[in-house]
Amino acid sequence: MENLLVAENIYKRFGNFTALNNVSINIPKESIFGLLGPNGAGKTTLLRIINQITMPDEGKIYLDGKPLHPDDIAHIGYLPEERGLYKSMKVGEQALYLARLKGLSKAEAKERLEYWFKRLDIEAWWDKKIQELSKGMAQKVQFVITVLHRPKLLIFDEPFSGFDPVNANLIKDEILQLKDEGATILFSTHRMESVEELCDYIALIHKSKKLLDGKVSEIKKEYKSNTYEVGINAADEVTLLKELEDRFQTGPARFKSIQEDLKLSIKLKDHENSNDLIQFLLSRARINHFVEVIPSVNDIFIKTVTQDA
Amino acid sequence: MRNLRLIINREYLARVRNKTFIVMTFLSPLIFVGMIMLIAYLSMLNSTEQKIIGIHDESGLFAAEFKDGEQVLYLDYSDKDLAAARQEVLENEYFGLIHISEVSPILGKPEVEFFGKDTPGFGTIENIEKTISDKLTREQLIAKGIDVSEIDKARRNVSVEIQNFAGEHSSKMSNYIKMFFGGAAGYLLMMFIIIYGNMVMRSVIEEKTNRIIEIIVSSVKPFQLLLGKVLGTSLAGITQFTVWVILGTVLLFGISSFLGIDPTNVQTPASAAINGAAQPEINQLVVDILKLPYASLLSFFVVYFIGGYFLYSAIYAAIGAAVDSETDTQQFMFPIILPLILGIYVGFFSVVENPHGTVSTIFSIIPLTSPIVMLMRIPFGVPWWEIAISITLLIATNFTVLWLSAKIYRVGILMYGKKPTYKELYKWLKY
Repeated sequence: MENLLVAENIYKRFGNFTALNNVSINIPKESIFGLLGPNGAGKTTLLRIINQITMPDEGKIYLDGKPLHPDDIAHIGYLPEERGLYKSMKVGEQALYLARLKGLSKAEAKERLEYWFKRLDIEAWWDKKIQELSKGMAQKVQFVITVLHRPKLLIFDEPFSGFDPVNANLIKDEILQLKDEGATILFSTHRMESVEELCDYIALIHKSKKLLDGKVSEIKKEYKSNTYEVGINAADEVTLLKELEDRFQTGPARFKSIQEDLKLSIKLKDHENSNDLIQFLLSRARINHFVEVIPSVNDIFIKTVTQDA
Repeated sequence: MRNLRLIINREYLARVRNKTFIVMTFLSPLIFVGMIMLIAYLSMLNSTEQKIIGIHDESGLFAAEFKDGEQVLYLDYSDKDLAAARQEVLENEYFGLIHISEVSPILGKPEVEFFGKDTPGFGTIENIEKTISDKLTREQLIAKGIDVSEIDKARRNVSVEIQNFAGEHSSKMSNYIKMFFGGAAGYLLMMFIIIYGNMVMRSVIEEKTNRIIEIIVSSVKPFQLLLGKVLGTSLAGITQFTVWVILGTVLLFGISSFLGIDPTNVQTPASAAINGAAQPEINQLVVDILKLPYASLLSFFVVYFIGGYFLYSAIYAAIGAAVDSETDTQQFMFPIILPLILGIYVGFFSVVENPHGTVSTIFSIIPLTSPIVMLMRIPFGVPWWEIAISITLLIATNFTVLWLSAKIYRVGILMYGKKPTYKELYKWLKY
């Protein structure tokens, strides 16, 4: 698949501190790309470089195959982590101003704002000042401003931080909708559940280095350990357990079940597959629960980060 | 360019619509005119108020020398004894009592005492001392057999006629006028820098604390934002100044004609000197005022005004970007205020005394003080090459400072929760 954004060998130092150390990422078109990493890993610095707010010391960025140009800000929508609005300015006026800074004409900006305000059901706020709105309300306005100029690339830095669950869900749906409409989305987060739900691709940054990147499904395949969780009933559990332990590598497992099961996690050898295990179990017990253990992004994240440390 | 216009527009409207700004725009001329009126009124009151001073002269020589005037009335208590005189002055709530001891007119120096509720003013004391010492001098001259009236006749007043080598006459009064023009221009610039420079700084801090800054710099270059802020704020400043001048003038003349208070009553050295000047001098003065090179004065005023204001605003903006709140700005304020104050002091002490002296010349070329000091010097006539050097340096410094400020600005606006030191700022320059 063609890449919308390519960052090649980016270095950024602040004095003696290296914020980004040879980081490269490729973001395929019309995908959702998650930039993961603990706090202080360098995610925000990378996003700022893509937005041309700071310049990299070394490295190149390409948008749509061409080196990034100052005019490209018109094709990028950025919702920073540190986000706010002018307190004493009216919502509509402020949204118009920010939209026009992105290059929209006044009439065009107004028309699109009216559409979005209606869509998010916030029309009544047009003449209110930001200081009269709650935090969640202000966040909706910020979201609208970010997407208003229909950028090819949308960048959200910690988009869900500070959102209440209702608004977080609403924004998540909007993000998916925007992807369907053809936008490419890059977002940074350390909240893994949103990554599972949204991301097609991820890159993991830790201590200013990229540790891992690629398609989520492929990474998961790579990280799965041929382990299965089973819940079984047998007449003679003690013998069965003994047999299993001789044959496979077993451990206890925890999952919810309505049966009085023997719950086990069973790791197969590299050349074996699930059929081998099922065949072995079929003759000896009743299988109530059989699931391959697929590592969550959270597990991969923790594993990679602690391995690196 | 389009974005710059948008930013200027927003900054201007944000300043002008601010409630405090509106209140200050209309209240300041009222306060200012009120102050002038009060001072004028008080000095009128002061001049109509008559002090009554008692004299207890044991020698009998001096009592007659104290002449009643518009402001002072003297009462002779010499025939009473001192304690009674003091008692009477106290009871009548007179201003005070002068007591002069017995003295030999030829040899002596009398002991003079002043009793009063308050310490008398400098002028009053000086007047008493002069009256007594003049009388003593005269008495001694008479004793030596010298005709005092001949000495009085021999006195001559001399007035120096000032001309330059080109033969143009000028009045010594005209220096006051030039000083007034230059001083007003310099002072105005300083006020403008402090008021609106601070406004630029506050608006930068506001964007930081509102956390909107990153949203904006993802659309426009920080330098554009900095420039738009300075320009927008200065336009708001010019608007406010214009309102002040118009409203102030209208109010001043309106109220003064309504109340019958003459604002020119306010005593300044210049007006005092003009009041005391002879008619030909005043004619010369009018000629001098008309002869001032207004066109060049005005154009240089504009150049230095813009140059000086930009220079300082850029520094103010950089400071605003470096800090998180206004309370953190204190440590950086001193280096800004210092050259401004220095400029004003050099202007009022050195330029007035010697407009083309070494100190005045140097300070009118150093960029941080040059806008103020040069503005004060220009009415006195400054060689073109000095102005050229000074303006060139000012422009060059402007570019350097804008460039440095922009660097601090673009790093600083994204830094939160750090209290910056000078060392830190220096590091930012290298990012």
